[in-house]
Amino acid sequence: MPDTLVQPVRFGSNSGQPVTRRDGIAKVTGAATFAADNQPAGLLHAVYLPATIARGRVTHLDVAAAEAHPGVVQIITPADRPPLDGDPSAKPTPFSFRIDVLQDDTVRYAGQPIALVLGETLEAATEGARLLAPRYAAETARTALDDETPFAFEPAGFGLPAGAEHGDVAGGHAAATQAVDVTYETAAQYHNAMETHAVVAAWEGDHLTLDMPSQALAMSCGAYAYFFGIPAENVTLRSPYLGGGFGSKAFTTGPQVLAILAARMTGRPVKLSLTRQQMFGPVGHRGATRQRLRLGADVAAALTVIDHESIAATSSFDDFVEPAANASQGLYSAQALRAAHRAVRLDVGTPGPMRAPGEASGSAALECAMDELAQEAGIDPLEFRLRNYAETEPGTGKPYSSKALRQCYDQAAERFGWAGRPLAPRQMRDEAGLLVGWGMGTALFPAPMFAAEARATLRPDGSALVETSAADMGQGAWTALAQIAADSLGLPLDRVEFRAGHSDLPDAGVAGGSGHTATAGTALHAAGGDVIRQLGEIAAADEASPLHGAGNAGFVARDGRLCVAGDEERSEAFADILARAGGAALIGNGSGSRAPEDAERWAMNAHGAVFAEVKVDPDLCQMRVTRLVGAFAAGRIINPKLAESQLMGGMIWGTSFALHEEARHDRHTGRIVNADFAGYHIAVNADVQGLEVITVHEDDPHVNALGIKGVGEIGVTGTVGAIANAIWHATGTRVRRFPIRVRDLLEAGSPVG
Amino acid sequence: MKRFDYIRPASIDEALAAWNPGAAWLGGGTNLVDLMKTGAVQPDTVIDVTRLPGLDRIEWGADGSLRIGAMVRNADLADDPEVARRLPMVAEALLAGASGQLRNAATVGGNLMQHTRCNYFETPQAACNRRDPGTGCDARDGENANLAVLGWSEACIATNPSDFCVPLAALDAVVEVQGPEGKREIAIADFHSLPGDTPERRTALEPGELILAVRLPAAAADFAGHARYLKVRERTSYAFALVSAAAALRMEGDRIAEARLALGAVAAKPWRVAEAEALLAGQAPDPHLFARAAGAALTGAAPSGDNSWKIDLARRTAARALAMAATGAPARMPALPASPFGEPAGDHVHA
Amino acid sequence: MASSIALTLNGVARQVALDDLRVTLLDLLRERLALPGTKKGCDRGQCGACTVLVDGRRVNACLTLAVTLDGVEVTTIEGLSDGETLHPVQAAFIENDAFQCGYCTPGQIMSAVGLIAEGRAGDDAERIREGMSGNLCRCAAYHGITLAVQDATRRMAGAEAEDAA
Ligand SMILES: Cc1cc2nc3c(=O)[nH]c(=O)nc-3n(C[C@H](O)[C@H](O)[C@H](O)COP(=O)(O)OP(=O)(O)OC[C@H]3O[C@@H](n4cnc5c(N)ncnc54)[C@H](O)[C@@H]3O)c2cc1C
Ligand code: SF4
Ligand code: FES
Ligand code: FES
Repeated sequence: MPDTLVQPVRFGSNSGQPVTRRDGIAKVTGAATFAADNQPAGLLHAVYLPATIARGRVTHLDVAAAEAHPGVVQIITPADRPPLDGDPSAKPTPFSFRIDVLQDDTVRYAGQPIALVLGETLEAATEGARLLAPRYAAETARTALDDETPFAFEPAGFGLPAGAEHGDVAGGHAAATQAVDVTYETAAQYHNAMETHAVVAAWEGDHLTLDMPSQALAMSCGAYAYFFGIPAENVTLRSPYLGGGFGSKAFTTGPQVLAILAARMTGRPVKLSLTRQQMFGPVGHRGATRQRLRLGADVAAALTVIDHESIAATSSFDDFVEPAANASQGLYSAQALRAAHRAVRLDVGTPGPMRAPGEASGSAALECAMDELAQEAGIDPLEFRLRNYAETEPGTGKPYSSKALRQCYDQAAERFGWAGRPLAPRQMRDEAGLLVGWGMGTALFPAPMFAAEARATLRPDGSALVETSAADMGQGAWTALAQIAADSLGLPLDRVEFRAGHSDLPDAGVAGGSGHTATAGTALHAAGGDVIRQLGEIAAADEASPLHGAGNAGFVARDGRLCVAGDEERSEAFADILARAGGAALIGNGSGSRAPEDAERWAMNAHGAVFAEVKVDPDLCQMRVTRLVGAFAAGRIINPKLAESQLMGGMIWGTSFALHEEARHDRHTGRIVNADFAGYHIAVNADVQGLEVITVHEDDPHVNALGIKGVGEIGVTGTVGAIANAIWHATGTRVRRFPIRVRDLLEAGSPVG
Repeated sequence: MKRFDYIRPASIDEALAAWNPGAAWLGGGTNLVDLMKTGAVQPDTVIDVTRLPGLDRIEWGADGSLRIGAMVRNADLADDPEVARRLPMVAEALLAGASGQLRNAATVGGNLMQHTRCNYFETPQAACNRRDPGTGCDARDGENANLAVLGWSEACIATNPSDFCVPLAALDAVVEVQGPEGKREIAIADFHSLPGDTPERRTALEPGELILAVRLPAAAADFAGHARYLKVRERTSYAFALVSAAAALRMEGDRIAEARLALGAVAAKPWRVAEAEALLAGQAPDPHLFARAAGAALTGAAPSGDNSWKIDLARRTAARALAMAATGAPARMPALPASPFGEPAGDHVHA
Repeated sequence: MASSIALTLNGVARQVALDDLRVTLLDLLRERLALPGTKKGCDRGQCGACTVLVDGRRVNACLTLAVTLDGVEVTTIEGLSDGETLHPVQAAFIENDAFQCGYCTPGQIMSAVGLIAEGRAGDDAERIREGMSGNLCRCAAYHGITLAVQDATRRMAGAEAEDAA
């Protein structure tokens, strides 16, 4: 069809606009319905009993006491759990982990479900679970990295290859005139989306309907179909809103499967909502790491070697190992590079991807080690990074599809006022006498794409319906994807109805890896393009159309009209074209994924630079981040307002990583003793001030047709190191563990006054 | 949560009559309901005392003393302009605790009676002498980095988490209680108990006794110009203290006529040391003096586990609080009450 | 033990039978009165997601036993706007992109309404940050939240001044 060429819509009128969230009103009025808000008739409440030991066996449950409690309907234990059709140890979908669904009486981590109680009310089910008063044959739990022997394990990261060696590492060490050999530790962290994992499950015959927050609708349907022996199309999954995901809602979890099983067993709808405490166990976490970095530089402060070894915790029964050392593969140019991983099996729930998996932990250690080497070499940390700026991806030698990192450094440093920073630590004070420190870090996150499909329907009235099962967990998919769709159709946003968050819609893949807008967006863009192409064919062939015969020139769609490219005066409204063609709607389909040859050819990453100011009380050692300025280059930004919010959110995650988040285990039972929001700190409002985000535009013709990279995770990287480096700069104390606590500065003997 | 009976008595007499050994008084519920959920506390009867008549008043006596009804909400007490003026560190301590929402609910009586935040206490599956006498203390060999460094025993190393009680201790508050045997007064110093062999006896309150009010003597206001509360935390707000200190000075000219110093989160009760205060009396304020007094305040401190760092921190906190008190109470409550970052900082950075 | 309470819920007088005294205000709203706009983030007073107004004061609904509420007035997120007209705090949250996932948002908004009524913070950013610290946001929309509360405070103060004039 050479005569119906459609010009690509690259810069439409919607994309690039700071459009206000389309779901805003629903969210500020309480009308947005999250999974646990559903209340079908005849509902039973399910509450599971979590193990309070991490290793051993359950020897007794007082089922009689629980059953006797008024309102308790049924108790499910390993002894009487109805069978599942699928094996809980199997991995039915690409991203899955082994689940705990009462298959036996062993306990493999604290927080593992050991019984499920169904009640007519939440209160009855909750008390029933308490009355089970479990007894255990406990063994000493292994929850610290030193509790077991590490073994070699090369995890796969997003986009970057598994750990590897490039160049002559021994030679690189030998050539160094300045070197650091430092070991950093990062604590186990838990996603803790504000909405805990929840499900409302209802069966009708062998059709299953689920209200459940999901970052990957179609994949989840496949997994549930497998576990319950039904075809995937028998699973309806509704996930219009997610109260945050951060990686933890992309997977099938044991508690949710148990609730579905209970619904099938009782023939009644079942609601299960994890408690906050229960979020520390069966729904993934960021595993603890210990990372050794040996960096060397020559007299010109050029890196001779980056040698990054990481040991990360995983569970005793499944494999997810933080690809932390991979962070060193994408960033700085060095003569030689080594990234190696080992894992330790502990009695913890299986870790999983958590906002910037691998990169967050790896970047934290790498950026600090870089700072240490800059200090060693006596040069400014920013200057040091610029001297080692990578023009091709160090780990692969590939050219970057685009890389505006220099602009990020420049703009953020300028805005922050980095120039004039004293090299030595402990040089700055504010008027109140607080120590002031400035630090920086480089941010990087790969720009992966997964696979997604979308459908666009141009209605006879010229408005459109676009559909994809995309998940909005706060990143703004409802809005940004609709903007892309509207552009692809040449329609104003209010003429486009956008449907997402339902498994009946075309599969939008996974909302994760910062690749959702790129992937689902590309699919939507293609679907819109498909509609316009069809419309062009109709118009070009229609003698009554002013566009008749203009196919060779190609068409562009603008404001509900199809126009001849290069002669936009010559145009016709969509509705008019369709009306003459019989008045039927036009349906277009599209898919989004990256061509393997592009992925092969280019290194594709988003980049950024983060500058932090901290204040530290010189005696009391309490710390506060007082300014954070980040500049990020992440391809084309569809909605600057939403992107900025995402990046800020990521940077605040960086603050929490640097100063707050740490799960602490009782060393005997392995129970997490701070498994709640009073004990497991995340940043509060008062921890956030002086936050600024700059987005640096990049035209990237290679990442995808839309030039989108992704902003969901990169904000975490860079920031952690920037804050830690600022704390060093304020105090002169280098803390090599995260989070950095008051006691760490105290115990390092930070001098008084 | 275990099921319970609920009673809302109309008078103090009715309340006292309703009491039984399985009963618990319910104030704002911010601590009791929480612990009923974890199962650490399981009352059979909950007696709601929040609407008892006459207990929600803040009354100044003709002599300048203050009587705070046990049902006064933490927020209302902190926001009372006279309290803020005459007893600034009481207001500051209240505002440094919990959150705006919690302070709106929490009562004065409940705050005094709040339980330790030791996680093993909150978790019924753990061994805890305080919750279940004789079962042992899992914290002793467990996660104890934030637990007591003063006044602890082998039986229990928990701390009292209240901010409010720290200035109360410094200012010689008196707790008015009424029980089956009638009314009595308990000096704040005797109110909270050190664990010894009976950590389950957390206060001097006898079974069935109800707190009616907290009184502060007129002399407490003598410190108004030089009283501060300081709370060191792992995040800027909405966090319990690692260590806190209430420091108050009565100045005569440029000399300290009288000093008060109490530490929080270091023991099962607010920790006040007469020797430290005595060191300060009659002296001119100066950092070395404050350091010596702070050192004296920590006399006898010993780690109960992985927490020797708290001794150092407590010393520094005490010294700083004294220095802040010497500088004077701020005219207006700092934006971040009791925080090291609460002082007007200005954005200017001297390189 | 059954009980019954009379309360004014979002402006409407209601008699609510309680078949279970353990029911918290939060679960009463969510599970029994079909008002799920108020969210549960921790159920233990540690996050603020459940913030509602009781007699005009912000409190954590998760730590409030429903049975204690006889005779009080409760306002939830569902009762905040005036028909289609958003409350100034709601409008300011949208304008300042003060949320992402929206899960903590009802609690943030009710807390902000309470804070503004307390008059403690005014439009001082630092005081707002402190005053809003009882509301966690895992998406970390804090920057926008502070701006939104500042905006709404000014707008409401302006409206009041106009009313008075
Ligand atoms: C997340 C969170 C953070 C917090 N942070 C802080 C903090 O930083 N600093 C701080 O100081 N506190 C903090 N608190 C604790 C809070 O201050 C207390 O929960 C509150 O003061 C208790 O008061 P209440 O009225 O709610 O007591 P309730 O929960 O009703 O009762 C607590 C105890 O007191 C007893 N009681 C109540 N009234 C009386 C009476 N009149 N006579 C005798 N006994 C009585 C009850 O039986 C119960 O044992 C926090 C709480 C939470 C949940
Ligand atoms: S320290 Fe005290 S409260 Fe904590 S477990 Fe031991 S006995 Fe219980
Ligand atoms: S749900 Fe009530 S404070 Fe978290
Ligand atoms: S907007 Fe998601 S938790 Fe606040």
